[in-house]
Amino acid sequence: MTEAATEEALEKKMNTVPLKMVGKDVSVYYGDKRALYDVNLNVRENTVTALIGPSGCGKSTFLRTLNRMNDTIDGCRVTGLITLDGGDIYDPAIDVVELRARVGMVFQKPNPFPKSIYENVSYGPRIHGLARTKAELDQVVEQSLQRAGLWNEVKDRLHESGTGLSGGQQQRLCIARAVAVSPEVILMDEPCSALDPIATAKVEELIHELRANFTIVIVTHSMQQAARVSQRTAMFHLGNLVEENDTDKMFTNPDDQRTQDYIMGRFG
Amino acid sequence: MTDIVSQASGKVVSAAPPRRDIGIRRRYAAERRFRFYGLAAIAFGLVFLFILLWTVVSKGYTAFLQTEITLPITFSEQLIDPGNKRESDPKVLQTANYPLLVRDALAEKLGIASSDRPALRQVSGLFSDSARVTLRDMVVSDPSIIGKTVPVTVLASANIDSAFKGQFDLTVDEGSRKVSDQQLGWVNTLAEEGVLSKGFNTGLFVNGNSSRPEAAGLGVALVGSLYLMGIVLVLSLPIGVAASIYLEEFAPKNRLTDLIEVNINNLAAVPSIVYGLLGLAVFINFAGLPRSAPLVGGLVLTLMTLPTIIIATRAALRAVPPSIRSAALGLGASRMQTIFHHVLPLAMPGILTGTIIGLAHALGETAPLLLIGMVAFVANVPATPLDPSTALPVQIYMWANEAERAFVERTSGAIIVLLAFLIIMNLGAILLRRRFERRW
Repeated sequence: MTEAATEEALEKKMNTVPLKMVGKDVSVYYGDKRALYDVNLNVRENTVTALIGPSGCGKSTFLRTLNRMNDTIDGCRVTGLITLDGGDIYDPAIDVVELRARVGMVFQKPNPFPKSIYENVSYGPRIHGLARTKAELDQVVEQSLQRAGLWNEVKDRLHESGTGLSGGQQQRLCIARAVAVSPEVILMDEPCSALDPIATAKVEELIHELRANFTIVIVTHSMQQAARVSQRTAMFHLGNLVEENDTDKMFTNPDDQRTQDYIMGRFG
Repeated sequence: MTDIVSQASGKVVSAAPPRRDIGIRRRYAAERRFRFYGLAAIAFGLVFLFILLWTVVSKGYTAFLQTEITLPITFSEQLIDPGNKRESDPKVLQTANYPLLVRDALAEKLGIASSDRPALRQVSGLFSDSARVTLRDMVVSDPSIIGKTVPVTVLASANIDSAFKGQFDLTVDEGSRKVSDQQLGWVNTLAEEGVLSKGFNTGLFVNGNSSRPEAAGLGVALVGSLYLMGIVLVLSLPIGVAASIYLEEFAPKNRLTDLIEVNINNLAAVPSIVYGLLGLAVFINFAGLPRSAPLVGGLVLTLMTLPTIIIATRAALRAVPPSIRSAALGLGASRMQTIFHHVLPLAMPGILTGTIIGLAHALGETAPLLLIGMVAFVANVPATPLDPSTALPVQIYMWANEAERAFVERTSGAIIVLLAFLIIMNLGAILLRRRFERRW
């Protein structure tokens, strides 16, 4: 009885969180091959949404539709509606450059530019004209590195190459680089899969802190990671969205049998 | 398993069962054989390279030295301007018989009577006919030296030069030799007195072509090749890089772009002489550009170099990791910004290497230049790319066709100069690669 009541209360609370991005009947085709089948998924503001599922289930594909990174793949076609703050992001009037400035992305493998740490972080603000003077730019760089928890480690070597950092530092540099553009949403595509457990812990901690200012969507292969960092979880299987739910509920009492099986490690 | 059991039970361990023959020895033997083949192939190549270089250098190094005759020459007014008409008729100074002055000076030095006509004729054979030009230029630029005695350096004739460098077989009967015993005797006397000596052959790098080997130089060819390289670089680098960027980064993948790609790859394999025909038909016959001009040569070589540069540039662009493109695009950089800020700088070493290799290829190209008339006899250094000119490899080709003994060493000398330029360019490519290479 009480459990049901708290659950209901939680549901209500979650439902009051405004929706940042909405996907409605999203399907993605790579040439003739269909990768996603009518996915309906909402991303709530200042919430970490984790996308889980076995390899090849379409979770990364869905993530990449959110900032139109799929546009760069030849023969990729997206149908359905995806909105950001109510505006259709596939509207021809929408500039993809502007969209990506609002919806940033962190990739699976750390991919800093082979330039200095400073240049890595300042690149986004520079091309978007976010800083008018050198001092402003310096400030943006410092702030972004601090937000990514990297400032203390690199403040003395800002002008050394970003590729000289360790893997975990590189990934946090990439997060700082994404943060520097002041996006509203940050997409993370398995950001910890190439990192050791200590670096992973740092990045997860960082995701927690970033949630205050950003909406985060994260694709992960690790159930534990999804349970640790997210408030909402969506489970994909074979291009279909199986279940979307509060993370707590998902990992204790999922609605769908397939989710249960996957979480218990019966397939995947 | 049985062994372990027997050990455990304390019994004497039987001999290990025979190991299954999985051909380890054969595999190692095969590997050793393969390594040997590789080493043999490399050794074979190196031997031929060495033979090539040895032949060229041993034949050609003497071309950088030139036998010269330095002696005081009296600019006799009687001979140059007997009628004292130079004020009214400057042509007198142009047409005077200057070689006679050199002959007389040499005859005096060697103590030959002015009545000994056959000996005097042989003396004339000691020095180059280019002495005429040397002396004329001195007199025309400063007529006041007429009547004075001034030390002058003139070139020895090609045969004397060859003989002095020991390139003639002196055991051959005098009648079938180009240098007589008497001349050889004089050469030795003059060499002992220091009148005749070998000096560095600056003329080889400065003079234009000449039918007299001792006066022939690569000046025209060097300037012509320089113009060619400049034109090829200025045209093919921007066009090639722009085409590659479009094809690699922007063009949709469809039948048309596939066709273009196949054609570019095929163009790289088209024999260069075909480009020469194309240049002849389009640039000279249709567009009406002048024959033998480095401009036309440069255009033809540009067409020839473009496929090389495009292929190298596309390979370099493709070698840039896609993660860098994703990173830039994910930050909201436009495609242009992604390419120019990130992809192109990373592809630069590959592009520059491809360009320099293409240029080096163009520098050594002969066939297309023959067809557009850059094989002409050009004595004057071209002032603009529209003036007639030759190029280094064509000059080598022309000299290789000459009959005189002295052209042999000059041909090899010119090859050395060409090889030196190629080595410098390739070194430049390696250095640029090292300098700009970035790791990620």
